[in-house]
Amino acid sequence: MEQLERFYYDNRIVRNFAIATIAWGLIGMLVGLWIALEIIFPALNLSQYTPFTTFGRLRPLHTNAVIFAFVGNGMFTGIYYSLQRLCKARMFNDTLSAIHFWGWQLIIVSAALTLPFGITTSKEYAELEWPIDIAIALIWVIFGINMIGTILKRRERHLYVAIWFYIATFVTVAMLHIVNSLAIPISLTKSYSIYAGVQDALVQWWYGHNAVAFFLTTPYLGLMYYFLPKAVNRPVYSYRLSIIHFWALIFLYIWAGPHHLLYTALPDWAQSLGVVFSVMLIAPSWGGMINGLLTLRGAWDRVRESPALKFFVVAITAYGMSTFEGPMLSLKNVNAIAHFTDWIVAHVHVGALGWNGFLTFGMLYWLMPRMYNRPLHSVKLANFHFWIGTLGIIFYTLPMYWAGFTQSLMWKDFTAEGILRYPNFLETVTQIMPMYELRSLGGTLYLVGFIVFIYNIWRTMAAGQLTANEAAEALPLAKAYKEDTNEHWHRRIERRPIQLTVFALIAVAIGGIIEFVPTFMIQSNVPTIASVKPYTPLELQGRDIYVREGCYTCHSQMVRPFRSETERYGEYSKAGEFVYDHPFQWGSKRTGPDLHREGGKYPDSWHLNHMYEPSSMSPGSIMPAYPLMVSTVLDTTTTAAKIRAMQTLGVPYPTGYDKIANSDLHKQANQIAKGLTDQSSEAVLADAGVDNVSDKEIIALIAYLQRLGTDIKAKKE
Amino acid sequence: MSAIIVLIVCSLTVALGFLVAFIWSVKAGQYDDDYTPSVRMLFDDTATEQSVDNKK
Repeated sequence: MEQLERFYYDNRIVRNFAIATIAWGLIGMLVGLWIALEIIFPALNLSQYTPFTTFGRLRPLHTNAVIFAFVGNGMFTGIYYSLQRLCKARMFNDTLSAIHFWGWQLIIVSAALTLPFGITTSKEYAELEWPIDIAIALIWVIFGINMIGTILKRRERHLYVAIWFYIATFVTVAMLHIVNSLAIPISLTKSYSIYAGVQDALVQWWYGHNAVAFFLTTPYLGLMYYFLPKAVNRPVYSYRLSIIHFWALIFLYIWAGPHHLLYTALPDWAQSLGVVFSVMLIAPSWGGMINGLLTLRGAWDRVRESPALKFFVVAITAYGMSTFEGPMLSLKNVNAIAHFTDWIVAHVHVGALGWNGFLTFGMLYWLMPRMYNRPLHSVKLANFHFWIGTLGIIFYTLPMYWAGFTQSLMWKDFTAEGILRYPNFLETVTQIMPMYELRSLGGTLYLVGFIVFIYNIWRTMAAGQLTANEAAEALPLAKAYKEDTNEHWHRRIERRPIQLTVFALIAVAIGGIIEFVPTFMIQSNVPTIASVKPYTPLELQGRDIYVREGCYTCHSQMVRPFRSETERYGEYSKAGEFVYDHPFQWGSKRTGPDLHREGGKYPDSWHLNHMYEPSSMSPGSIMPAYPLMVSTVLDTTTTAAKIRAMQTLGVPYPTGYDKIANSDLHKQANQIAKGLTDQSSEAVLADAGVDNVSDKEIIALIAYLQRLGTDIKAKKE
Repeated sequence: MSAIIVLIVCSLTVALGFLVAFIWSVKAGQYDDDYTPSVRMLFDDTATEQSVDNKK
């Protein structure tokens, strides 16, 4: 008979992650509300005074804060708590836990300190620049070591289903992050994606989709499978179903990414592959939802008393709704309507506010009193939080659905004579402004609930006492086999399946990436359309300003092959037009019009006036003004390095061009500046107090905008 | 579209890894009992006399 072993669960690290979750959640939601208000009151962009707070720079901050700071820390809170109990073991190593915690918080701080400065890769949910990307990879691996170490020293042979979800999260996110972040650095704060155009888009959305799958879904399903049965104190409805749905989910999810690129220049077969897998995904997704809800069968009376359970019920329902909606949105005919509209914004917020937000709240309402040995400060306040939060979700999503349908139908509406009924894009925006106002109300309600939650949790913590190290007892794991000292070395590794899997994966992934990805990418950069030429140095600098300002957060560069789009914007986009786009700028949302055929549409002076004060050219425009761009001098010291990086990536600038690039740049800039002699331009320059505009950022941006989509026009003439 | 090949190779590698993990888990008898684990996790193995090593 073996001796009972005594050990201590580390609750302090769980508590730390919980506080981080709450603090970053507040910041992420505040920024979200702010940018929602910026859409209604463009003056809130504050762009007359500072470039840091425009929508284009804050939107990535909002998404990153909510995904990686709020949900990320929430995931770690739940994993660190449940993993120890499921494995009947303390976390593998306290130092690793601490490095993981502080490392992750530092990464978030560095994100908050770089994104408002326009330091961004412009790849959605992967905007952070390369030094931070490396830090993320390192800290993630430390998390993985700590988790797998704990699993290996477990005192319970069976791996509960939640642990499988955690392992899948770790392995897959590591790979996604590394593959998508590959880039050539130019300086500490700037890099170019090694992929170009269509390829970059494909890699990005393979990442983007799977970030949703493996960062927002699988870890939270694991948390659901732990905290829901715990909170209701009965086993999950069907453990067998949980295992089946885990494996089905894992094998299907990774292939669904191309559904983000339907009707784009991505090859058709890849689009169809994405659609098929997306539709199949409904089965395992709903397996999880049904399993969660049925766990409450015969115990629904407890939902009335327990705030945590209330939150869980809405969270799981929201999960069910958004995973039903996801496959539907992946159908090409539905996607043709929904893509680029606020429908998608509604869809992701059902997931973020409902599934991730409410599951986090439910988990913390259950967890914090338990760790602090004190009942929740106020059940009443928690119930208030629940109702106002639910109302917030409804007031957020319903207007956004409405806005999405309305705007899309307006974009596609033709008169009987066959011309666009709403040729002015702005009309379709002003039409849905009331919906944007309602959405902000929804966000405010949700935030109020969150603040009440913080107060409630804080009072609970203040009144209680943290059990930093919770004592537990369990039998050690019985050895299933005898050690054989003469055995072959490989036999020993074979007995360590997790280690074997992980090491093999890491080895294969690193090897593959280093050896073959870069060469592969460069070879494929051979242009397929002869008239498509690399950007001039000035256009390249202008493009980097476009990236820096996050223009892609509101403007797409992808005309889909629909009559409604070719009538409005011009010739549909071809894959071969993007071969020099490091990174691609297709965007995913049209709060403003598509810009892929912008080149040559308006005179330079129009762009100068429009960037200086958008409403002067488009009355009622909600775009932020960029007056500082007219007076800020363009940094040309980076030109040579940028040209060299592009050459490394296979862009055919002549050898030695980096040395003379700046003289070309000045030549083109002077030419554009010389043309800005009309009355309105001179008024702008006088108002900005600018004598010589040729060395200013605005000239580079105009050069880029005027180049957009013109290469194939040249061919036609 | 060479990026597709990179992604397929990466995705297949992961999928294969999971397949190995799945086969291992079945062979190791992880799923021989598909009821007890769901009940076992409800118990916390908390030590009888709550010995608290509280540094706060």
